[in-house]
Amino acid sequence: MSKFSKKKKGDLPAVNTASLPDIVFMLLFFFMVATVMRDNELKIKNELPVANQVEKLDKKDLVMYIYAGKPNSGYQSKFGTEARIQLNDKFSDVSDIPAFIFAERESKREELRNRLTTALKVDKETNMGIVSDIKKELRKVNALKINYTTRIGDISMNKN
Amino acid sequence: MAKRSSPEVNAGSMADIAFLLLIFFLVTTTIETDSGISRLLPPIEENEEDVIIKQKNIFTVLLNGKDQLLVEDELMDLEDLKQSAIDFLDNGGGGMDSNWVIWNDQTNDWENTGKSGCNYCNGKRDPKSSDNPDKAIISLKNERETSYATYVSVQNEIMAAYAHVRNQRGLKLFGETYEDMKKSWYDVNSPEHKSIQLKKKIDQIKKEYPQKFSEVE
Repeated sequence: MSKFSKKKKGDLPAVNTASLPDIVFMLLFFFMVATVMRDNELKIKNELPVANQVEKLDKKDLVMYIYAGKPNSGYQSKFGTEARIQLNDKFSDVSDIPAFIFAERESKREELRNRLTTALKVDKETNMGIVSDIKKELRKVNALKINYTTRIGDISMNKN
Repeated sequence: MAKRSSPEVNAGSMADIAFLLLIFFLVTTTIETDSGISRLLPPIEENEEDVIIKQKNIFTVLLNGKDQLLVEDELMDLEDLKQSAIDFLDNGGGGMDSNWVIWNDQTNDWENTGKSGCNYCNGKRDPKSSDNPDKAIISLKNERETSYATYVSVQNEIMAAYAHVRNQRGLKLFGETYEDMKKSWYDVNSPEHKSIQLKKKIDQIKKEYPQKFSEVE
C-alpha cells in the first residue's frame, strides 16, 4: 500500500499560469504610460463638455488649471451646491485668481512666462456667469491665452 | 564532485505582486484630458474707441439663459449654426472684380487694397451679408444663466465654420486641407516640418480667412 495515492487518470491538467505575471505586467506598463499622477484632488464635480474642434495642449508644465463646478457631496454642507472655483487644492473665490496666476508665473522660468496657457476645466452643468467672472479676472492680469478643456466627441453629447 | 544546481526561485507570487502594483496605479492615476478649444481673450484697453461697423458685416449670435440660440435675430437650432456661419463668412458681398487683399512683391507681404471685394469667396454674394472674410465679424453674446455645455457647443460650431472655409480654401489653392497643413507643420517626420513654403501657404489662408470672432461682455 502506497502512502501517496496516485493521481487518478483522466483528470484535467491544471491551467498553466506561468504567463499570468507577464499579462499583468503588460497591463501595468500600459497604465503607467497612459496615465498621470493625480496632482490635485478634485473637490468638485468635473464632467467636461464635448467638442471636436480641439487643439492639444502641448507643454504640460506651461498650463495653469482652473477648475469650476458644483462641490462634491462631501463638501456640500459646508460650501453649498452652487458652482465654485477650485485653485490647486482648495475652494477659492474669483478674487483669488490674480494671486494664483502671479504665483504660477513666479514659479516658471522668465522666458516661458508669456507662453503660459490657462486651462479652464469647467463642469458642463455650470452656468456661464462664473466662467465670465473668471475670464474677466484673467483679462485683468493679462493672462489672455485660455483653453476650454473638453473631451473629444460630437457636440450632440452635450445635451442631456 | 558534481556541481549542485541551485534550486529554482519560486515565481508563483509574481502575479500577485504585479497585480498589487497595477491596482496601486489604477487608483492613484487618472487619464488627463489635455485638449480643448483654444481662444485668445481680448486685452483690456484703457480708452476704447468705438469702431463703426456696418450691420451687414456682423453676425450676431445670442445665447439666452434658457440655452436658446438667436442668430441674426432669428431662433436657430444648433445644428444649423455651422452652415449659416459658413454662408456668412464666405459670402463675398463686396463683389467679384476687386479683391481686398493683394500680394506685394516689394514688401514681401500681404497688403490691403482698401477695396471691399473678394474674388475667392464661394458664397451667394448677397449684398445684405458680409463684404469679405476680413470684414466679417462673428459676435457671440451669452447670459449668466447660459449653461457651459451649450456655450462650448456654440464655440465649437463657430470654430468648425472657420475650419471649414479654411480647409476648402486650402484644397482649392494647394490641394491640401488647412488642417493637414497644420499637421505637417507640427509633425517632425514630415518633409515640410516648419518649412518656409508651408508657412507661406498657411499665412495666406490665415490672411484670407481671418478669425474675427468677438465676445460681448
